[in-house]
Amino acid sequence: MTGALTDLTVAETRAGLKAGKFSALEVARAHIRAMEKARGLNAFITETPERALSDAAESDRRIARGEARPLEGVPLAIKDLFCTEGVLTTAGSHILDGFKPPYESTVTAQLWRDGAVMLGKTNMDEFAMGSSTTTSYYKPTANPWTRRGDNRMLVPGGSSGGSSAAVAARIAAAATGTDTGGSIRQPASFTGIVGMKPTYGRCSRWGIVAFASSLDQAGPMTRTVRDAAIVLRSMAGHDPKDSTSVDAPVPDYERALGKGVKGLRVGIPREYRVDGMAREIDLLWQQGVAWLKDAGAEPVEIGLPHTKLALPAYYIIAPAEASSNLARYDGARFGLRVPGKSLTDMYESTRAAGFGKEVRRRVMIGTYVLSAGYYDAYYLRAQRVRALIARDFTQAFDRVDVILTPTAPSAAFAVGEKADDPIAMYLNDVFTVTVNLAGLPGISVPAGLSADGLPLGLQLIGRAFDEETLFRAAEAVEKAAKFTARPAGAA
Amino acid sequence: MSLIDGRTGKWETVLGLEVHAQVVSAAKLFSGAATKFGAEPNTQVSFVDAAFPGTLPVINRKCVEQAVRTGLGLKAKINLRSVFDRKNYFYPDLPPGYQISQYTQPIVGNGTVTLDLPGGGTRSVGITRLHLEQDAGKSLHDQSPGETYVDLNRAGVALMEIVSEPDLRSAEEAAAYLRKLSSILQYLETCDADMEKGNLRCDVNISVRKAGDTKLGTRCEIKNVNSVRHVMQAIEYEARRQIEILEDGGRIDQETRLFDAGRGETRSMRSKEEAHDYRYFPDPDLVPLVLDPAWVKRIEESLPELPDAKKARFLRDYGLKDQDAGVLVAERESADFFEAVAKGRDAKAAANWVIGDFFGHLNKSGLAIGNAPVDARKLGELLDLIADGTISGRIAKDVFALMWQTGKAPAAIVAEKGLKQVTDAGEIEREVDAALAALAPKVAEYRAKDEAGRAKMFGFFVGQVMKRTQGKANPAAVNELLRKKLAG
Repeated sequence: MTGALTDLTVAETRAGLKAGKFSALEVARAHIRAMEKARGLNAFITETPERALSDAAESDRRIARGEARPLEGVPLAIKDLFCTEGVLTTAGSHILDGFKPPYESTVTAQLWRDGAVMLGKTNMDEFAMGSSTTTSYYKPTANPWTRRGDNRMLVPGGSSGGSSAAVAARIAAAATGTDTGGSIRQPASFTGIVGMKPTYGRCSRWGIVAFASSLDQAGPMTRTVRDAAIVLRSMAGHDPKDSTSVDAPVPDYERALGKGVKGLRVGIPREYRVDGMAREIDLLWQQGVAWLKDAGAEPVEIGLPHTKLALPAYYIIAPAEASSNLARYDGARFGLRVPGKSLTDMYESTRAAGFGKEVRRRVMIGTYVLSAGYYDAYYLRAQRVRALIARDFTQAFDRVDVILTPTAPSAAFAVGEKADDPIAMYLNDVFTVTVNLAGLPGISVPAGLSADGLPLGLQLIGRAFDEETLFRAAEAVEKAAKFTARPAGAA
Repeated sequence: MSLIDGRTGKWETVLGLEVHAQVVSAAKLFSGAATKFGAEPNTQVSFVDAAFPGTLPVINRKCVEQAVRTGLGLKAKINLRSVFDRKNYFYPDLPPGYQISQYTQPIVGNGTVTLDLPGGGTRSVGITRLHLEQDAGKSLHDQSPGETYVDLNRAGVALMEIVSEPDLRSAEEAAAYLRKLSSILQYLETCDADMEKGNLRCDVNISVRKAGDTKLGTRCEIKNVNSVRHVMQAIEYEARRQIEILEDGGRIDQETRLFDAGRGETRSMRSKEEAHDYRYFPDPDLVPLVLDPAWVKRIEESLPELPDAKKARFLRDYGLKDQDAGVLVAERESADFFEAVAKGRDAKAAANWVIGDFFGHLNKSGLAIGNAPVDARKLGELLDLIADGTISGRIAKDVFALMWQTGKAPAAIVAEKGLKQVTDAGEIEREVDAALAALAPKVAEYRAKDEAGRAKMFGFFVGQVMKRTQGKANPAAVNELLRKKLAG
């Protein structure tokens, strides 16, 4: 029974609870056991089993009264970037030691409002800076997948690697992630799950520890496209507490499913065929085009000419905003404080002890590019590039309805493989950052396995606030790919 | 224009002021926390003000409205699109490590403030810009010997920074500018403009140059000077200091200086080289502020009559003296009080009474107009008693003093104290006769004098009659009778 319950999708859990096949408590207990069994993955920074049980008990009462809410009894893992009231929130950083927010993020508040059950807080790259979940103060998370005939520990992608590992390993039915440059989609690709980054402004950022405010966006990580549609509906919506959240109605995304892609024009950007990309990824991409064509869509070759400038622009804009966003971690009001002989000494000692190497690197880069005399050459120029990238997409979407690309240039790599080369690490984001810079929705769908048996994802990119078309196209890829492989490390 | 005499010639001071005016609003610029003055430390602080992780700023519409109102009141250009930027620096009273301000695209552009110069005439001072920004908290160094405490009540409170062009030429002009600006802000009800409470603070940009030079000298900025008196002291000290350096063949270092009110001097705070690099960039948590022109228009239509317009009207409609009109319009409450008194009465008499006895008593008591024991209605009644001859102007002054003491209506005091003016010709004649009879030698002396001597002595007899009647006799009647009787 346990195996069966943790294998259920969000949609199946919802149906089973409604039909009385099992109780929310049984679902919660099964996932708590899975969470305990899979501690070796280090997917969670904080487990909240008691909270899960009390949430589930409430769900059972609601179900008994016939008052089930949209996510009633669905066990979720929450990335540790979301502030959760009274529950340790670390952003994967030493500097937030002991920080228990006295408030709840809007996105998680909406998930609890809709009846979801909280299993715990997942590991992540420190302050969401990374693509491997190895920069966490709380040690790396292991990918539940390993290469065929090779037991070396692989990264689950990042920064939402704890969430991707938890969902892939059947510890949680779904998880929240955040995506600044690919932090939902790349880990989804690395772990064989679905990862969805909505349009910027679709989900409130209130209560999400900020990395780069103009790029950060929360989204669901699930095992099916349908589940992503279900969970996003609860996460999304206008929030008066976030000036950048958009006041537009939230559609019932699930209803967009099952409509097929007949007549849909799918853009294939020639600039995404980058040097050094594995041949199997290129082949998978071509396979994806063929699948969509078979389903009745029309492939269209398109140009996104400024693509090659996206990564450099991203690595100026994101650190610039981060350098300012992270100034508040000064040891004065919350988290870690290392006492000093003077105020400056306290600041320096606290931040030196509290921030890891990657965070310090980005704070330094960000401070530099905003400095007098460098601002125009770096920050301002990067903003111009950003506008050009957005324009590329606007022009492309005059001709096509969605765009299909690979999610990442490689499958999951081993811990330590790229640790000494930040540039190689940054290249992980090459297909995903453009979407953040343009503020568009993107989704990664598991589409196949690499030669050594690791999952690979395909990315679909949609028009701003047209998540519905994106889900339709993603469902078509999902249906054709028939991705059923599961990791050895699954519960 | 006032010049300063140096050892080598005359010098001109060039001044521009940056005024930080606290916006009148119930809540802070980007959070819902209250802004009440004088609350217990750290009781008006939201998680946004304390920069807790994940919290976000949301603009307070009221503060935007106040900035637009102020801009319109300064006859300035309203920028329908403006942008909030982050000004980054570390300090314990600045929890996020940045202040949200407006840098390249402020909400208000060029405007004008008109100064009334002593002895009539006006002078225009250009306003460069007005922008909205957050105030910082307060570091308290006096609570514990080894530690600094921080009070965040003020952190995030909305300020308008109003920057003038370098159009001012003396400490007096700077003071006149500050007073005029305060007056406009108070009329608009966008800032209480009370320097004592720190809701109007001033940075002074100052340079000097030889009289007749057209090129600006190197300037210093004097930070955070908090009263008109201190602004004047700081300017006078700093202008002298710069002149002495230049006359000794030195040069002025561009730097930020601090005014030490205790010593009445300015001191170097940091040099240009030590200036902060604030790393301004647009705040990604906020979208550009876009104003609806129709909304701006509605605000414009709701503006009150401002001091300049009111003064012009007082001169035109009431025929007041320029200086009196200036005094009356300086505060909206005084102007309203005057108009209530003057309504249907002799406006010049009303102005004299308001500026003279009423303001005199008010200043001595330290009360606000609204709390004064004499309101406009009672002062008006007093003027009516003078006008209809019930009491003389002299007696009225005593009645006013009693009104101030007791809060009673003037008619009641006149009746109670029997101060009604004696107008009965027979009664006055009896008093005049009695007075002259008692002063027979003086009368003889008077009659022996020539015209000029008589004129000088006439007042003495008037005084004597008034003394006998405790001032109640109608002065005109007394004069006429005395003239007739003394003529012999």
